[in-house]
Amino acid sequence: MKSTADHASLAEKFNRDEERVDWHDGALWWIRQKRDRSANLTPQWEELREAASGIKSNVISNLHDYLVQFEENLIKNGVKVYWASDAEEHNEIVYSILKGKEITQMVKSKSMLTEECGLNEYLHERGIDVINSDLGEYIQQIDNEPPSHIVLPCIHKKKEEIGELFHEHLGTEKGLSDPTLLTRVARKHLRNVFLTRRAALTGVNFAVAETGEYVVCTNEGNADMGAHLSEVQIASMGLEKLIPERKHLGVFLRLLARSAIGQPITIYSSHFKKPRPGQEMHLILVDKGRSSLLARPDFRDSLKCIKCGGCMNTCPVYRKSGGLSYHNTISGPIGAILAPNLDMQQHADLPFASTLCGSCSNVCPVKIPIHDQLYKWRQVIVKEGYVANRKTLSMKAMSLTFASPDIYRTAGMTGRWILNHAPFAVNNKFNPWYKQRDMPDSPKQSFGEWYKKNIKDKSKG
Amino acid sequence: MSSREIILAAVKRNQPPLSQLPDISMFNVVEVDIASKYTDTFTGIGGQVIAFTEVDAIKKIIPEHFDISKRIVTTLPELSDVAELIAVDVDPHSYEDVELAIIQARLAVAENGAVWLTENVMGQRIIPYICQHLAVVVYEDSLVSTMHDAYVKIASEDYGFGGFIGGPSKTADIEQALVLGAHGPLSMTIFLIK
Repeated sequence: MKSTADHASLAEKFNRDEERVDWHDGALWWIRQKRDRSANLTPQWEELREAASGIKSNVISNLHDYLVQFEENLIKNGVKVYWASDAEEHNEIVYSILKGKEITQMVKSKSMLTEECGLNEYLHERGIDVINSDLGEYIQQIDNEPPSHIVLPCIHKKKEEIGELFHEHLGTEKGLSDPTLLTRVARKHLRNVFLTRRAALTGVNFAVAETGEYVVCTNEGNADMGAHLSEVQIASMGLEKLIPERKHLGVFLRLLARSAIGQPITIYSSHFKKPRPGQEMHLILVDKGRSSLLARPDFRDSLKCIKCGGCMNTCPVYRKSGGLSYHNTISGPIGAILAPNLDMQQHADLPFASTLCGSCSNVCPVKIPIHDQLYKWRQVIVKEGYVANRKTLSMKAMSLTFASPDIYRTAGMTGRWILNHAPFAVNNKFNPWYKQRDMPDSPKQSFGEWYKKNIKDKSKG
Repeated sequence: MSSREIILAAVKRNQPPLSQLPDISMFNVVEVDIASKYTDTFTGIGGQVIAFTEVDAIKKIIPEHFDISKRIVTTLPELSDVAELIAVDVDPHSYEDVELAIIQARLAVAENGAVWLTENVMGQRIIPYICQHLAVVVYEDSLVSTMHDAYVKIASEDYGFGGFIGGPSKTADIEQALVLGAHGPLSMTIFLIK
């Protein structure tokens, strides 16, 4: 699935429609502001983040034992447990469960892991139809596009575009774009899906080693509608979703929805522990690069992520380039530090899609130093030779310039002269810094020159 | 080696030295006026709170708030003359036409408005999700301040399924416009009993 375009060129495409970029930027910033209001209303917010980070540090350091304990409790609770090293093995397991029951249709609630695994396509090729039931994911599915945001899958779409999709796929009146009316149509259509599917698959937000239960959070109620009406319930989870004890859910459930969308808790936080009579429950533990990420001391903290999407909403690059330009299921700052671990060559561009402003780290509910990791990934990627030649050359030129005061001064003077006298030499289509940007006027002199003239000369006199 | 053995061996080999679990006991706070805090929070989410002094009084207001020509179900024997008692052993699909479900919460949380329900108070797991409107009886003495207090009360209770529900189902997936009633109930009402 090698992507042909990198973040910069995909972002350039997104940037062609300036009005849409401003709208997208504003929509996400509004969510960031809601997050701030909600965080400020919560006493001990910073202590909560610290505790969450500490609990996850413990999980990472004791993951082996927690996995064994969790599995033991799942089995005790009557849940069938599977282990998958990679996407292929995960997809095979799901297929074999469904095939064993002669099931050809399944309903799925939001699960970024199964998106990453390409489960829908895999099952489709084998004659099994999957419907994504989260409204945003459903919209993306009928448009044949991946989610652009892990919490708000179709945040980049206008309601008129969604109306057009509904007209085409659900037979609504042409031109209908009212969000309430469109949601009602989807509600009716998907209710029929929930009532007729024998199998339901959900993701997992938190898995409790102590009890063997797992918690699924939604606002729409789609995970519960699917799961409680199914005869076969499947949950797919990454190894890192574990937490030690039930009481730790208090910390994470307080942080998750507030960090995500500024809501005090998701409407539904469902604790699945045992199958209901007559039902089967299956749980798949998926590695898919987690155990190798554990071996990277600089990057293993990214396994703490609880997928709130807070870092995306605050990121100036994400807001202005859109999630799809990251060409990865998990986009934004967190996607940019998770992806290189899986395939450094394919995702070499992502750690560079950042200004390193640090806003992501400041809102992260589990205190992952995201911008530090972005910076460190850049170094690893350059060292391993996965960076485009143009970038390597310009970086060498930059290190030479900064290493010599004389070259630095001359380069600065030359640069200012060009900006003031011959701006066309740099403001042209060969210089990516001028794309979608207006440059401020260049100062007549550098601070060094000003200091020499105004302070040094005066102190002499 | 099986994938299980391969994964567990890799995790064991790669995980860092043990880091201690932090103490989280300092997060338990005492709310002064917990009932009014709860009411404010839940109303802010888009829910409705109606206060009563006894469960029996609920019967009178049901026709004022809900369509009683449609199916109303409950797990509360006190309400069996206005609602059908939920059967635990029938196909959950048979509840697809429920207009209103009235059930009783184990506890409710003031900081976020959520009620805690386990499958024994739901009657069937699907009930609070499939009904068009959900009403939950909450006794004032079952209110707690935060999620930490909630888990202190839940402790090591054994259940097959339990869930927090914090309002009517909602979505904002279409241009961030808030719509109540995504896949679950269109409305949620708390009957708060003093």
